[in-house]
This record gives sequence, structure tokens and C-alpha cells, in this order.
Amino acid sequence: MHDLKEVQKKIYPPMVEGKHTFATVSDEIGDITLKKKTPFHWFIGFGIAFLIAQALLMTITYLLAKGIGIWGNNQPIGWAFDIINFVWWIGIGHAGTLISAILLLLNQKWRTSINRFAEAMTLFAVACAGMFPLLHTGRPWLAYWMLPYPNVMGMWQNFRSPLMWDVFAVSTYATVSALFWYVGLIPDLATLRDRAKNPFFKFVYGLLSMGWRGSARHWHRYEIAYLILAGLSTPLVLSVHSIVSFDFSVSQLPGWHATIFPPYFVAGAIFAGFAMVLILCIPLRHWYKMQDFITKTHLIYMGKVMLATGLIVVYGYFMEAFFGWYSENQYESYMIQNRIWTGPYWFMYWLLIFCNGISIQFLWFKRFRESEFWLFVISVIVSVGMWLERFVIIVTSLHRDFLPANWAMYSPTMFDWSMFLGTIGFFFTLIYLFVRFLPIISIFEVRTLLPDAHVEDHGHAHEHVGDEATA
Amino acid sequence: MAQLFHKSANNIAKASIVGAIVLAGVAGFAYTVIARSSYLTGRYIERQQPVQFSHRHHVGDDGIDCRYCHTTVETTASAGMPPTQTCMNCHSQIWNDSPYLEPVRASYRENKPIKWERVHDLPEFVYFNHSIHVNKGIGCSSCHGDVANMASVYQENTLQMEWCIACHKDPQSNLRPKSEIFNTAFDPSTLSEDEQKKLKEDYKIRSREMLTSCSMCHR
Repeated sequence: MHDLKEVQKKIYPPMVEGKHTFATVSDEIGDITLKKKTPFHWFIGFGIAFLIAQALLMTITYLLAKGIGIWGNNQPIGWAFDIINFVWWIGIGHAGTLISAILLLLNQKWRTSINRFAEAMTLFAVACAGMFPLLHTGRPWLAYWMLPYPNVMGMWQNFRSPLMWDVFAVSTYATVSALFWYVGLIPDLATLRDRAKNPFFKFVYGLLSMGWRGSARHWHRYEIAYLILAGLSTPLVLSVHSIVSFDFSVSQLPGWHATIFPPYFVAGAIFAGFAMVLILCIPLRHWYKMQDFITKTHLIYMGKVMLATGLIVVYGYFMEAFFGWYSENQYESYMIQNRIWTGPYWFMYWLLIFCNGISIQFLWFKRFRESEFWLFVISVIVSVGMWLERFVIIVTSLHRDFLPANWAMYSPTMFDWSMFLGTIGFFFTLIYLFVRFLPIISIFEVRTLLPDAHVEDHGHAHEHVGDEATA
Repeated sequence: MAQLFHKSANNIAKASIVGAIVLAGVAGFAYTVIARSSYLTGRYIERQQPVQFSHRHHVGDDGIDCRYCHTTVETTASAGMPPTQTCMNCHSQIWNDSPYLEPVRASYRENKPIKWERVHDLPEFVYFNHSIHVNKGIGCSSCHGDVANMASVYQENTLQMEWCIACHKDPQSNLRPKSEIFNTAFDPSTLSEDEQKKLKEDYKIRSREMLTSCSMCHR
């Protein structure tokens, strides 16, 4: 009997550790927002992030006054930091949607304690991503021209352009992600409403929880709505980054025009996203003592997902090189040679291979998957690597155009950097606010993982029933 | 524990769902109307000119051809505004002491052009050429309306892109024979379809794709 339990525990490790009841879960998670004193490190972290976010504000102000000439973009490198950062951020968002939607439909219990902040991460990453193409247009105040409405120009959108699909893909993604996150928050907002002492917060949480009372009918509707949204989000995990990859692969530029792009981009997005989830969840778990809810098992699983998606991405790198050779097309093979060793950006390529290809090989070993420190380090390296990947794809493909007379080099200006770092500051500002004002882990979903929630089908309870019957 | 919200909050919440949809619909409709209103386009608004010049009198009553004053309409992008000398061709002989014409005489004496108020103002990013339109069968009145009956000229059309492009998509039904170009009373829709088709061939009007390509007007 004991052996069986051991085996069971090995196959299905518990997702909540320690002795928890419904009440202690609500206390542990809810009190971060409601009762505990805001820790000092929160103020430090928020302060730094908020300061960096001001760089974004100032850059955008200057950009609107001066125009995009302040960036380093040139001919033929018309897409540079603006598009690299857009793809990087939108890719990061994908892990959140994967965790919340696909893992929900696949009944993966380990999503439960990480989905809340992974979804928040998605939302904030999409907010950062959206800024770049908007400002890239040069006249963001005319961005509404991209929407099909009965305009006085008598013009309809060019639906043959993947850039147009991008507008719809990203805006749909942002809308569905926001809805999904918010709907999932409602029962927890009601918990906070009921526990809050401060009348102002009571009112705000009350307003946001939309009169949730937790009746059977509420739960019934909630479950249906949540499943529908999960169903809507699931194809988005695959479609959004596929469409982002079409921005490149539908064009005819060597280095962009490759059929492998959609799956390669989607895998890269999930890869980058899980790295960001780990970057966020390791400090959270550590500082807020959430080890009971975000267990070692969670870290191990995320490490495995990162390894798997990372290997798909590495396969993509191999294929790109293979296509260059196998196509026997002089432009394709020149592009890949230029990218790997003859071009001026060769070191970027090898840095990328180190970050995305070599660093993840450590994840084959349990020792690294279990270690908070090493997982964090590898995640940071992977995040850098995924940014380099977009740099390599975008800049090194563009800088050697079809006509040698067009060839040029790209170097980012101060404003490219301040805008990119600024969005990172903005992202972490939002994350810090989220950690302070909303439950970082889904309270009611974690409760469903507790032994208390499975009274009927648990051997323990049956034994008792049996005892009574025989007695 | 006291209730956080009054009972009516339920109804307000429900009403806000309907309200948001209705509001969005009304705002959308209002946009389509306001964007095309003469408040924004200047359509039908008469401009006061420094001289009380009447096209109805000069073109309608006297029968002066458009080209007598707008001399370059057949050869250049701009139709051309007449110099004061053109006015004085007649008005040095007739109505030469009328107080209405004092600004014209003053302009002639001092050799300073009259500052006419522009009625039709296209944005600078549009490349527009009068001569190609006039030479390819588009009459003055197609864009400017029946000027021969306007005491003071106003803008007959919106001059918005959707108006330009409507004709570029279907030029055939707006063509007229060479003889009717300067006849502001002519209505191209009175021509039969065969006549229109023949005109299109005679004028060698280019394809719809060509006429609606971006660089046709935005160069």
C-alpha cells in the first residue's frame, strides 16, 4: 500500500506542498495584497522599474516631436529595433496563453498556480509589443487607418498584406488575453472584496468582481465562459506568431522567405515565454515564500518545456542553414554564409547559438532543472538569445540586399536603446503593480488541488466510509 | 455586514452592457455623418470675394467661355486665375465708373493683384492636373458644378478622396464629348452606354487598376 502511494507520488507529484486547507490558501495568497506590510524590496524594485519606464516616456515624447529619424533605421535596414522588439515582446506573451489555455484544455494541473501571473505577463508583454509597430508607422495618430471603417478616403485595407493580418492578430490576441485574465480573476477579486478592511479597496474589488457571490449558478456560468475563452485562446497561441512570421516569410528576401518560419517562430515564442515566466516566478516564489504553491515540480516542468521548445528552435537554425545549402540558390546560400561566418554580424549569430542552443543543453540534467539559480540564469540567457535571434533574422537579412550598391550597416542610436530598455521598465512596473494589488496565484484554483477538494475519490475518505460500514 | 452596493447596481450593470453597444453604434454613425459634413469639407459654403464678381452674370448671361479667364486649364496643372488686366479688357470700356468695380481699378492702377479667396483647396499631397482631366473628357461641371448659375462660387463636391476615387474607378459614366467640356449645363448621364464606351476608347482612358493606383495622385 505504501509502495503504491510512493509510485503514485512519483508519477503525479503533488502540486501543493505543505499542509494546506482552503482557509490557509486564501490567507497565504490574499494576505500579500491585503494584510502584509509591503516589503521593502517591492519599493526598491518598483522604483527602479518606474524610473526606467520614464526613459520610455521621454523617448516617445521626443519621437513624436522629431519623427522616427531619431532611430538608427536606414536604407536598406528599414526594420530594426522597432520590429525586433515587437517580435520579442509578442513572443514572450505566448507562454502565458499556452499555460492558461492549452494546458487547461489538456487538464494539466501544474498550470494552476502559475497561470495568473503568466497571463498578466502576456498582457503586459503585448502592451509593450504593441507600442513598437504603432510608433514604427511614423504617424501613430493615424493608426486607425489600419482598421476597416467607412472612411472618407473610399479605401479598404489591403487584406493581401500580412502586415494587415498582424494588426488583427495582435489586437485579437490582446483582447482575448485581457478577457481571459479578467474572467479568471473574478472569483478571486470577490475573495479580496470579502476580506478587505479598507472601504476604498473593498469598493474597488467589489466593483471589479461584478457582484460575484459564488453561487452554484455563478460557478456554472463561470466554468462555461472560461472554457469558451480557453477554446478561443488556443488557436491564438499558434496563429498570432504564425502571422508575425508571415510578416517576414511572405516577402521574398533571402533569410525571410522560408516555409519553416511559422512553426519555428511559434516554438521560439513559447521558448522565450517560458524563460520570462521563470524569470518572474523564481523571485516571486523566493521573496513571497510561495514554495508551497510553486513547487520544485513546477520548475522542473517549465525547464522541460523550455528544453523541448528550445530544441525545436535549434532545429529551425539547422534547417535555415540546410535550406541555404540545399536550395543551390546563390542568394540563399550567400545569405547563410554571410550570416554565419563571412558577414560583419557573424558574432551575433554565434552568440545566438550559444544562448539558445548551448545553454539549454544543461536542462537535460535534473540538477539544473531543480536549481532556482541555474534555471534563472539559463532563462536570462535564453531571453537574450531570443532577442539576438530576431536581430539576426531581421538585420542580417536586410543589410545585404540584392544590389550590392544598397549594402549598409546598422547601428542603433541612443533612442533605440532607451526605447527598448524603457519598455522593459514599463513591463516590470506593471508586474510590480500587479503583484501588489492582485492575487498573484489563483486562490480558488489552487484550492481545487488540495486533498480537501477531492474527498469523494480519495482513498482516505473511502477507508473511513468502509470503516463505518463494517462497524 | 452592510451591503457594499445598492440593489440598483444590478440594473445599472445590465444597462451598461446595452448602453455600451448603443453608444458605440451611435458614435460610429455620428462619425460617418460628421466626417462628410460641410462643416468639415466646406461644401456648399459661399465665399465672400473682395470683388462682387458673379459667374452667373459673366458665364450664364454674357456667355463668356471659361477659358477666357482660366487660360491655362487645357495645358497646365493649374487652371489659372486671370490677372486684373483681363478684367480691364472690358471694364475699361463698360461699367468703368461703377463703384462695385473700384477694387479692380485700384488693383490695375497700383499694379497689385486682387486677393481672391480660394474656394477649391486640394491638400498638397495630392498631385492634381487640370489639363489631363479636361483633355480626357471630364467637363468643368463634373467637379465644379453648374458654375454658370452660381452668383458666388461655392464648392459643389466634398473633394474627399472617396469622391475622387469614385470617378477614377468608373470614369466611363463621367465622360463627355470634346464639344461639351466647357458647357456647365451638360449632363454626362444623358449619353447612352454605347456612346460612353466609344468616348472611353476615343480618349484612350487607362484601366481602372492604373487610375486607382496610389501613385496616380500621391507622387
